[in-house]
Amino acid sequence: MSPLLSVRGLTRRYGARIGCEAVDLDLWPGEVLGIVGESGSGKSTLLACLAGHLAADEGRVLYDGRDVLTLPEPERRRLMRGDWAFVHQHARDGLRMNVSAGGNVGERLMGRGVRHYGKIRAEAAAWLAKVEIDPARLDERPSAFSGGMQQRLQIARGLVTQPRIVLMDEPTGGLDVSVQARLLDLLRGLVREMGLAVVLVTHDIGVVRLLADRLMVMRHGRVVEAGLTDRVLDDPQAPYTQLLVSSVLPA
Amino acid sequence: MSGYNFAYLDEPTKKMIRRAILKGLAIPGYQVPFASREMPMPYGWGTGGVQVTAAVLTPEDRLKVIDQGADDTTNAVSIRSFFRKVAGVATTTRTREATIIQTRHRIPETPLTEGQILVYQVPIPEPLRFLEPRETETRRMHALEEYGLMHVKLYEDIARHGAIATSYAYPALVNGRHVFDPSPIPRFDNPKLESPAIQLFGAGREQRIYALPPYTRVQSLDFDDHPFEASKAEGACALCGATESYLDEIVADDRGTRRFQCSDTDFCAERRAGAA
Repeated sequence: MSPLLSVRGLTRRYGARIGCEAVDLDLWPGEVLGIVGESGSGKSTLLACLAGHLAADEGRVLYDGRDVLTLPEPERRRLMRGDWAFVHQHARDGLRMNVSAGGNVGERLMGRGVRHYGKIRAEAAAWLAKVEIDPARLDERPSAFSGGMQQRLQIARGLVTQPRIVLMDEPTGGLDVSVQARLLDLLRGLVREMGLAVVLVTHDIGVVRLLADRLMVMRHGRVVEAGLTDRVLDDPQAPYTQLLVSSVLPA
Repeated sequence: MSGYNFAYLDEPTKKMIRRAILKGLAIPGYQVPFASREMPMPYGWGTGGVQVTAAVLTPEDRLKVIDQGADDTTNAVSIRSFFRKVAGVATTTRTREATIIQTRHRIPETPLTEGQILVYQVPIPEPLRFLEPRETETRRMHALEEYGLMHVKLYEDIARHGAIATSYAYPALVNGRHVFDPSPIPRFDNPKLESPAIQLFGAGREQRIYALPPYTRVQSLDFDDHPFEASKAEGACALCGATESYLDEIVADDRGTRRFQCSDTDFCAERRAGAA
């Protein structure tokens, strides 16, 4: 078996400052890779470079044997609409707030050329049910939804095309604890069921312990430690990781 | 009239506009930017259409101007007299006799023929505007043929109203490539976009020109299970009895009596003259 996604020497600078530097990572089918670090450690920059939201300065991102960074624009965008999905921290960034829930979920299908209203609608309703939103609310706009529901809607919108890779930027940020728990539960179920490969960026150690198979710790734009989640969290080697793990408040 | 160049605009400006028109004809449905000039009328009154007309007008032309199908409304009358004054061209209200027809929001009922030019006044040339406000993004979407969003709008229509409720400015795919906004013509007119005439679209405020060469394929967007329908009001014209033309609904008195009337005044008058 070979990795689904492999990143080598990915570097992004903001002028003289470093966004992220010489990052290597491999993502295998069906695994969740957590990336943790404090604010400004470069984890979001790394994710934005992978998603093509930011242009990387150096490095390669190999997917299906091809470098995503040098892919022609139409192909790269087709990839982002189908095989890949991105979950924003704020659901508002990933949803169309003036379009109904059904339209939001159906957009990627229509972008793929599905032209049958009944099928799009049925698929959208099925996905709402999967993310535990009452399908009766199919025609409501996301602005009528709570924060947790918006986040789940955003996930449905991304997953409707059966992507292979999902990039998540703090998906539980800004949600209260009980809603977070429900969302994590849902995500864990979907990841196992669909065999998704996920890159999960967060600053919440609890979230990665629950979801991630492997963990990367970043600081000042560099990877300071990587390994199995339990190993990294229970037996941190790098001084920074030790500090990070020990600074988690006991629940 | 002395003191003005033929058809108001100076020759270099007309040359610039003609280049934009030729480019538009070469890439049907593509919005070509052009340096729109100040015209002696406010934006929204047809400054784009007037500039296109001025650029294609020759002294031998016979001009017809319609506004919502009518030859006798303010906009139509003033643009017609404008060109009579600054170009000295002949004008007409007869669709059949005109060589250039400038229109706002309608296509004449009388079928157009080869050699005629139909000039549209366009308020908003970008069909994706209300779905995606960023111009940089809509241009990229056109470039990459990403038109899924257009169907999201139609999806929303059906979800909310049970049918595609977009009744004017109905988006269509031109020549299998560009989705375009046919200006706010009723969707009843969409099938007439496939025409033997040259069709030019001018948006003055937005500084865009686009075009349909004769016999270009124009497909109105729809869903497999909700096909496009060229709808009009049920009824017949109170003046000429036509049931096949696009009808305006008119309140006839203070008690709310309504009646229908052909929106195309020339078509209606011709039918009545023929019947008499």
